[in-house]
Amino acid sequence: MPFIIAIVFLVIISVLLHLLSPWWLTPIASNWSSIDSTINITFWVTGFVFVSVNLFMAYAVYKYRYNKDRRAKYEPENKKLEIWLTVLTSLGVASMLAPGLFVWADFVKVPADAHEVEAIGQQWQWSFRYPGADGVLGAADARLITPKNSFGMDEKDPNGQDDILVSTQEMHLPLNRPVKMLLRSKDVLHDFAVAQFRVKMDFVPGSVTYLWLTPTVAGTYDILCEELCGIAHHAMRGKVVVEDQASYNDWLAKQMTYTQQLAQADGDPAQGQPFYAVCAACHGVNGEGNIALNAPRIAGQQDWYISRQIGYFKHGVRGTQPGDLYGPQMAPMAQTLATDAMVANVAAYVSSIPEAPVQTTVTGNIDNGRALFEPTCGVCHNASGQGIWAVNAPRLAGMSDWYLVRQLQYFKSGVRGGHAGDEYGYQMTSMVQALKGDQAINDVVAYINTLK
Amino acid sequence: MTTYLPIADQPSELHDPHTFISKYVWSQDHKVIAIQYGSTAVFVGLIALVLSGLMRLQLGYPNTFAFIDPSNYLQFVTMHGMIMVIYLLTALFLGGFGNYLIPLQIGARDMVFPYLNMLSYWFYLLSVLILLASFFVHGGPTGAGWTLYPPQAILRGTPGADMGIILMLASLAVFIIAFTMGGLNYVTTVLQARTHGMTMMRMPLSVWGIFVATILGLFAFPALFVSAVMMTFDNLIGTSFFMPAVQSLGQNVAHTGGSPVLFQHLFWFFGHPEVYIVALPAFGLVSDVLSTHARKNIFGYRMMVWAIVAIGALSFVVWAHHMYVSGMNPYFGFFFAFTTLIIAVPTAIKVYNWVLTLWQGNIRMTVPMMFAMGFIFTFIHGGLTGIFLGNVTIDLPLSDTYFVVAHFHMVMGVSPIMVLFASIYHWFPKMSGKMFNVTLGKIHFWATFLGTYAIYLPMHYLGILGVPRRYYAIGTTSFIPDSAMALNANITQAALFVGVMQLVFIINIIWSLVKGKPAGHNPWEATSLEWQTPDTPPHHGNWGEKLPVVYRWAYEYAVPGAKDDFVPQNIPPEEVVMLPGAGKYVNRSEEH
Amino acid sequence: MNLFRILSEKPWIGTPLTAEGLAVEVSQAPVMVPEKIALRFFLGVVGVLFGLFSIAYFIRMRVGDWRPMPEPGTLWFNTLLLFMASIVLQWTHHRLKHGREDGIKAALTAGAVLTLAFVYGQFAVWQQLRTAGYYIASNPANSFFYVLTGIHALHILGGLWVWTRAGIRVWSGTSPDKISLSVELCAVYWHFLLLVWLVLFALLSYT
Repeated sequence: MPFIIAIVFLVIISVLLHLLSPWWLTPIASNWSSIDSTINITFWVTGFVFVSVNLFMAYAVYKYRYNKDRRAKYEPENKKLEIWLTVLTSLGVASMLAPGLFVWADFVKVPADAHEVEAIGQQWQWSFRYPGADGVLGAADARLITPKNSFGMDEKDPNGQDDILVSTQEMHLPLNRPVKMLLRSKDVLHDFAVAQFRVKMDFVPGSVTYLWLTPTVAGTYDILCEELCGIAHHAMRGKVVVEDQASYNDWLAKQMTYTQQLAQADGDPAQGQPFYAVCAACHGVNGEGNIALNAPRIAGQQDWYISRQIGYFKHGVRGTQPGDLYGPQMAPMAQTLATDAMVANVAAYVSSIPEAPVQTTVTGNIDNGRALFEPTCGVCHNASGQGIWAVNAPRLAGMSDWYLVRQLQYFKSGVRGGHAGDEYGYQMTSMVQALKGDQAINDVVAYINTLK
Repeated sequence: MTTYLPIADQPSELHDPHTFISKYVWSQDHKVIAIQYGSTAVFVGLIALVLSGLMRLQLGYPNTFAFIDPSNYLQFVTMHGMIMVIYLLTALFLGGFGNYLIPLQIGARDMVFPYLNMLSYWFYLLSVLILLASFFVHGGPTGAGWTLYPPQAILRGTPGADMGIILMLASLAVFIIAFTMGGLNYVTTVLQARTHGMTMMRMPLSVWGIFVATILGLFAFPALFVSAVMMTFDNLIGTSFFMPAVQSLGQNVAHTGGSPVLFQHLFWFFGHPEVYIVALPAFGLVSDVLSTHARKNIFGYRMMVWAIVAIGALSFVVWAHHMYVSGMNPYFGFFFAFTTLIIAVPTAIKVYNWVLTLWQGNIRMTVPMMFAMGFIFTFIHGGLTGIFLGNVTIDLPLSDTYFVVAHFHMVMGVSPIMVLFASIYHWFPKMSGKMFNVTLGKIHFWATFLGTYAIYLPMHYLGILGVPRRYYAIGTTSFIPDSAMALNANITQAALFVGVMQLVFIINIIWSLVKGKPAGHNPWEATSLEWQTPDTPPHHGNWGEKLPVVYRWAYEYAVPGAKDDFVPQNIPPEEVVMLPGAGKYVNRSEEH
Repeated sequence: MNLFRILSEKPWIGTPLTAEGLAVEVSQAPVMVPEKIALRFFLGVVGVLFGLFSIAYFIRMRVGDWRPMPEPGTLWFNTLLLFMASIVLQWTHHRLKHGREDGIKAALTAGAVLTLAFVYGQFAVWQQLRTAGYYIASNPANSFFYVLTGIHALHILGGLWVWTRAGIRVWSGTSPDKISLSVELCAVYWHFLLLVWLVLFALLSYT
């Protein structure tokens, strides 16, 4: 008896949960409402089968419960019944499959008027490429990627010269225009998934895959990677902004083309040196840092990292969050570097300053620190803490340890990394959660102190 | 031309082992090997259960446990999946139940190649040891997901990319060798060692399920072997079978042109039949449990056999439904969606026939029966959600979300495990000679049945919402509400509850082995041959002096006019006791 | 044995009975040497294995970086060796079947020597190719060549293990009946691996 009650109860619970569930498909923001219809048809058909077969089973178990005076019916088979059931099931299956195949046929055929946008996946970041005025994307290859050519552009391809390169984690799409998303990976499998768009597709390194959709509702949506791509898979987040054509055009016009990017001169240390005087007041003449002034060592840090951080301070991405005690001091200092070229020059100078070892101040359990560092931090920041340009992870080894501790605490509490403009902040706020408690932070930093 | 005696007519050549070592360690007796296989599988299964508990702790209570970081989280995910699918389910159904039941149910003294059978177990144990060794090497076990997709599986951004993946692939290769040795044995035994009167269609469905699953395994595992060999070469020697020219963490790898999708095709050419390698034995075993405890013949026996064969054959042409969004040629989607939904038809027929077996039965609510009927419920649920994912269009939003996780856990986690428990409780009295504790068995059933449903039913809805799988932490998104996070915590509570309640099962088994009441030869009043052995538990050689002769199928329950409601397969027609006035037992051969 | 007839039996309806009370069709248990059944299935497994390698080969071949590799003439000589080993084993089997024991030892030895010579010949081809600069990792065509020939050679060596068992029986003077089966299994396996090799050789040569 309890069994029968349980089956009926579970059927009722399942149906109720289905009807009352607050967790359901996100509000759709693309043309793929036909996918939702297919899901609904399937829910109706399978729901009917689920309820009827289970209730029938419960009834059978009730009606034919054990009775020592009764005997089961001897019935090896019943051809007619079995054929009927087979035919009905086949019809039910066909009713679910047919709509699905029609929708799939739409998905396979990209409309001729779709414009192309390329999403690029890499461990564990996004970037995007738009064809320039010629409407054609130039050739690109993972093998051509260098610190100066992070998109792997083929410099000889004329089609690529006007390509618009977007290396932030945010892409834009115009409303109500079909778009063919080309998916290219630099390293491993990834997947471009936006819940509100319904469609998703894997990236396959070595080839370019695609999907298409027409965004129909303006808004900002999360792009998630939905193909396991390594330890920071869960931290690989992007955003897609759907907006009207005019806003889209404005945004696109602000982005840099490949040619413009090529034209940017490399930072020149010699030209940067005079401007460094401002920095030297706190960070020291040799960039060695000054704990009393809360200024970390910057000498030897990678120039691209310095540039980016100066930019963040300039534009209020860093130093504006409540709780960031010393960050606000940097904002006015960063403002003194008026142009991008000046920032690049200073950064180039800073990274060229000859290194001197810094005093260590943090103590902790080095073995524990290594166990924490190697499988997680060390993947992006390099096993010897030297940083990896390809994943935008700066050098840690030899930098001011007290500063590392403070920044880890900031990332952990969301003081740093939470700003929408901080491109790689999400990864750090997410990954730093692996460090539970201040002791773990000290241990990791103590281990970093041992790295050369 | 030398004449050859059928195995059933050969004089028994078994030499009874005398020493403890030859009896229980280097044993060639199929029953001992079955128990060795079974206990090893349960042991690694418990490890995988603990791993799943750790994963659930992280998912339900992110940022709480210091010992779970993103790296070992993925290692738990990977090892949990791999152990459960291969080293627990495949090994327990085929190495465990296959070994135990095939000779007993077809009336043979042992497998036809006992020595090979023994080797099969020791290779299996070796593969388990290699697998477990990967927990202790530098970098730990691989965290590439149980699918081991390249390129990430052998690149540094994935945990265990140095030693872990090598040991994983080596362990799989050894497992495949072990499986092939065992599999050749099972197939040959079923084909050649059946006793007199045991036609193929008189075999219990357990044997049919195991037989067809073994054939699937023999022809599907080579695909895994091929991919493991080629990936090992890519990893160790630097070939480019699967590895394309990529840049990994800022460094160009020394590969060019390899095809990651080729690996996926090979993997799933094994991986989908693998689902049925687990499911078909479950289908067979549960049919026998249902029929016995419903005191009624299995409904539509022939249809059940045909469905097993049809599902087995179809399972080789549906593999790419795991790859709808893999970037393969999208036109394949039409074909694979079609074949996949066709497979739903024979599967549905099996479900109908199980339910129709209950209809007009005389149902005894025993512990194995409760598990078997629980299986029908969970399998209906898991099967129906499979229709969503098999339909290529619906797979677009749902693939790689919790919907997939919930679906495959219902259909090939919970359901086969319900059958495993049903089978263990059903055959335990035969294997040990003791009866288990019924109260503990019922507690175990309710906790497992209701508990697992509490885990997986809500999980489907997280998937529909779009919560992605294999995430260390969901973190902040614009579309996943806090209520979903709270639900995740509830799921974790249910999972931990189910995990802990498995102790009840272990306690029951150990307690019953020591203190259980004698069960008698045939406590369930079953018809099939294994219940008719002269000794319980059966001795070496199973049948004493003479092999049984089979006169009928294995489902002769509730025969009109017979005194008992079951007629064992090996009772000669003239010895069947009839009710007064019912006349002679009709051997329906005379109806011809 | 008709599969459809087997599967359409209605098992709850017995079949006509013999004098001993056994159904006519089932009174005879199946008669085939189990080793032969097992071997058939095993050949099926090996066939699938090489089949999948070949499919992978065709798929991988279509990628642009594929550069076909020259096959040294030594392979023709090796093929001849394996062919002769196969013939010798078939001859041995034929003789044993007719109960003749003379010349068996010499023939079995010849078969093993020819087989080992084949394996050594394959190894020599690898050396030749390596000297010529065709390394395993330098091109997928090379990788497939080494892996396919290597896996094939491993299967041959596995066959020699069964051969050893037959050899032990012959040299310990077991009756021809018992040796016959081992030799027959070897012969079938050798023929099969010869066939696999011919297919692989064709595949490697023409692509």
